[in-house]
Amino acid sequence: MTTSTLGSLAALVADLAEGNVEVVDLTQTLAPDMPRISLPPEFGQAAPFRMEEISRYDERGASWYWNNFSCGEHTGTHFDAPIHWVSGRNLPDNTTDTIPPRSFVGPACVINCSLEAEQDPDFLLTVDFVTDWEATYGRIPPRAWVLMRTDWGKRTDPAEFQNYDEAGQHSPGPNPDCVRFLIEERDVLGFGTETIGTDAGQAAHLRPPYPCHFYMHGANRYGLQCLTNLDRLPPQGAVLICPPLKIRKGSGSPLRVLALAPRT
Amino acid sequence: MTPRRLGYDGVVLAAPVTVPYERFSTRSAHWFLGRAMRALVESSGLEKQAIDGLCVTSMSLAPDTAIGMVEHLGFQPRWLDNVTFGGASGMIALRRAARAVQVGDAEIVACVAGDTNQTDSFRRGTAAFSQFGQDAVYPYGSGGPNASVALLTDNYMRTYGAELADFGRICVAQRANALGNPQALFSKPLTLEQYLKSPLIADPIRLYDCVMPCAGAEAFLVMREETARAEGLPFARLVGAIERHNAFPDDPVQDRGGWIVDREELFAQAGVTPEAVDFVQAYDDYPVIVFLQIEDLGFCGKGEAKDFLAGHDLTTTGSFPINTSGGQLSVGQAGGAGGFLGIVESIRQLTGQTVGTPVPDAKIGLVSGFGMINYDRGLSTGAALLAA
Amino acid sequence: MTMDQRPHRNPALPPRRPTTPPILRSRFALGLTAAAASGRFALQECLDCGAIQYPPREACHCCLSDRLEWRPRDGAGTLLAVTCVRKPYETYFRERAPWRTGIVRLDCGVSVVAYLHGRCAEPPARVRVRACLDRAGRAVLAALPDKDVTDMTDDPLMREFSNSPKGRHVLVTDGTSEIGQAMAIAAAEAGAETVWVGASERWKAAPGFEALSTIPQVTLLPLDVTDTQSVDTLAGQIGGKVDILFNTAEFHRTHSALSRRGVETARVEMEVNYFGLLRLAQAFGPAMSARAAEVPTNAVAWVNVLSVFALANYPSQGTFSASKAAALSLAQCLRAEFRPAGLRVLNVFPGPVDEAWNQTELPPKIAPRRLAADVVRALEDGLEDLFPDPVARDWYERWRADPKVLELELTA
Repeated sequence: MTTSTLGSLAALVADLAEGNVEVVDLTQTLAPDMPRISLPPEFGQAAPFRMEEISRYDERGASWYWNNFSCGEHTGTHFDAPIHWVSGRNLPDNTTDTIPPRSFVGPACVINCSLEAEQDPDFLLTVDFVTDWEATYGRIPPRAWVLMRTDWGKRTDPAEFQNYDEAGQHSPGPNPDCVRFLIEERDVLGFGTETIGTDAGQAAHLRPPYPCHFYMHGANRYGLQCLTNLDRLPPQGAVLICPPLKIRKGSGSPLRVLALAPRT
Repeated sequence: MTPRRLGYDGVVLAAPVTVPYERFSTRSAHWFLGRAMRALVESSGLEKQAIDGLCVTSMSLAPDTAIGMVEHLGFQPRWLDNVTFGGASGMIALRRAARAVQVGDAEIVACVAGDTNQTDSFRRGTAAFSQFGQDAVYPYGSGGPNASVALLTDNYMRTYGAELADFGRICVAQRANALGNPQALFSKPLTLEQYLKSPLIADPIRLYDCVMPCAGAEAFLVMREETARAEGLPFARLVGAIERHNAFPDDPVQDRGGWIVDREELFAQAGVTPEAVDFVQAYDDYPVIVFLQIEDLGFCGKGEAKDFLAGHDLTTTGSFPINTSGGQLSVGQAGGAGGFLGIVESIRQLTGQTVGTPVPDAKIGLVSGFGMINYDRGLSTGAALLAA
Repeated sequence: MTMDQRPHRNPALPPRRPTTPPILRSRFALGLTAAAASGRFALQECLDCGAIQYPPREACHCCLSDRLEWRPRDGAGTLLAVTCVRKPYETYFRERAPWRTGIVRLDCGVSVVAYLHGRCAEPPARVRVRACLDRAGRAVLAALPDKDVTDMTDDPLMREFSNSPKGRHVLVTDGTSEIGQAMAIAAAEAGAETVWVGASERWKAAPGFEALSTIPQVTLLPLDVTDTQSVDTLAGQIGGKVDILFNTAEFHRTHSALSRRGVETARVEMEVNYFGLLRLAQAFGPAMSARAAEVPTNAVAWVNVLSVFALANYPSQGTFSASKAAALSLAQCLRAEFRPAGLRVLNVFPGPVDEAWNQTELPPKIAPRRLAADVVRALEDGLEDLFPDPVARDWYERWRADPKVLELELTA
């Protein structure tokens, strides 16, 4: 370790202490009514978040309060490991316990699609949209997290968040070419969204279906879903911290996602 | 032809005792039985251990029975019985004891009945009175005999045209009889108007149709005549006795009792007819039951009791004295002792030991018992003829 | 929600606590209650000599045979004697006195003590006796007029035996299913004052659910029986008012033990069908028990829509059957705990219901609306168990005859 490295960490600590660097919480609160992914009923379903009281200073435990909680790996704000998708199932270090920890910290590029998403809930992020964004904010660096800001996290009504009709869910996501571009041309670490999946609500009808899952995980990259507060991050310059629970052979996990961002 | 059963020749009753009644008591049944036994010993002048037979009746003695009382009271009897047939207990105890002394299984049998009455004991007693009652009567809110007898009374009135005033006459006469009895819990005269205006309990039964549950005890001794003479005890002779259980089970509603089946034999044993009877101690938990006894024991035909009784003065000095101590309707019903009340009163009348008014020149008395409304009717009937 | 317009209880007075009639019966008398629980009037009949027995007993009073079998009777008879009980002993009866009882001579040759419907004529009168469950959940006999028996609930005594939704506040725990919607509509049509209808994940926009809100009595509320906090929240809002709870929440899949890998689907079945009932019971049960004697309306009943597959496992819906069996077992426990308050637990055991998850079941299948109508009638009749359709009744009869034989038939 070099002296300058030590110095930069010390500077970070000082910046945190002085408030020059802000810690932004990008996590939705885990609660039973937190919207969850809902597949057609013939499929297996991710368990919603549930909490059962063990004791609350009562006959079950006089002086303490605690709960058991249960949920799926893909409930709430959560991390997708490559093994989550069939395309990533045989890759090395593809589970929550084997992913190199350095992948959990990286630069964040926030692409603001909130206007487009508001006008069209089925909005698909394209390569052109990304390159236009780069023209303004600079090229996406290698090993960065690309976060698609849609302000979906501000939809507190579960019905608006799910945005369901007879055709299923309507929510924005990337198109197949865009995903391939981010992997092949920009070498991103992963893709993050505010919606319930890294893919669009109607992504089952894209070719391939669920392209973000298919290509990202097939390239041993990661996903983050149900993020919030992306509007509090700069387009470039923030650092994302997103370590999932170290679940053996886990395909993902709920987690606390933080970002370090320069104070604006 | 069934062989005639052995008569009760030589069997006598003596030492009538009563432990004064109380509306409610904090004492247990054991106390009342103990007081009764003490009174028997004291009034007879016998040694305690001379009583070598014991017949115990109590509805509130649980978990004890007669055997528990033997140890409790320190007796060593060679004959022991426990008789709990409600209002028929007195008749049945008397019959058991009479046979015991007749064959020599015992020399002197004490028949004792006593019960306590605590504020909730009547309800608890009726809740668990019988399995049929628990299964098929108590859930209808008609716990206890009030509603059951109300249904019999309703049916009797519809069938035979009896009216409330007919029943009331019995209650009024018995109250008059009770005025001479200092042990009666009711000590004020009752008029027919008061009777008819008393509150309805279970239609058509009114308050004064019902006995008042209370605490108390009754007892007497049964022995052979020579024993009584040797001990110098005044006695009444048992000249006839019957009992019958569950007679006429196919009657849709009870309007007669087992007395009908056996009454001929009762009078034949005694060699008398109903006309020879000087007084009747009928079981009077309700007036309608007295009606059944008057009819079924042969004093008049079925359905004719109202006219028969209306044609008589029912008071102690009247033409047809009924329940000369006041009966349970005026004295109170001390549980199982209610079925002994008439026997004890009869012994008093026939031996000149009356507490109240004597029946003039009483030679023959009839005592009757009725009990065990197990489901919808009284199952046990009994009667005895006693002679001076 | 608008204000309840009926007379309110004076809040300064102590609450009226629930009391119940005597519950004790002999074991051999419980056959009367067992039959009455599903709406039948049965008496013991001697298989040797044919004699009818009453009160129930262990041996024939004619030939002493112990081969006594409970068999349905029509209850026709003649009322012979009547009384009006005015001064009873037990608190429950004191609170309700006076009322009439009588002796009825049934045409089959036994005399029965029975409650009398107010419109029974003076003796001798032809009547029809039926067995009703009282507030202790035990059978009592009631004599009804021979003809023109209309609404049981028009008689104050008979109202004690009924758990009608009329004028009451009811909760249907899940209105997203066809059964739940039919139940809500039937409750409203039966005169329920308020019909609260719960729904989980309302964003899924279940067909027909939002349309319920056009019914004046209906209010739609969020309720997810797999979520303790959701159940507790709703109980906090309306738990002190619910008079009848219809638990229609059901998770229905059609898997056997081997046809579905893993336990997660079966777990959801248990979460909804079993734990859902337990959560609802803990959240709503105590307040309902406490309000069993409340005026002007009191809590009276709890309805569980189970399945006849709860009695014996239907292998093609094996894990669903297991979850319903678990729910049945818990409902029996709940029934015992509601007894002291006099709350009725009505368990409904439909055969296949005509809904999507029973697509491949052959007819007959009971329509949800028909099922709901039967449930309302069962409440009005005071039943404890309802087998509403031919398949259900067929299963029930087989199960009663020999559960093992039924199992063998089902596993053929």
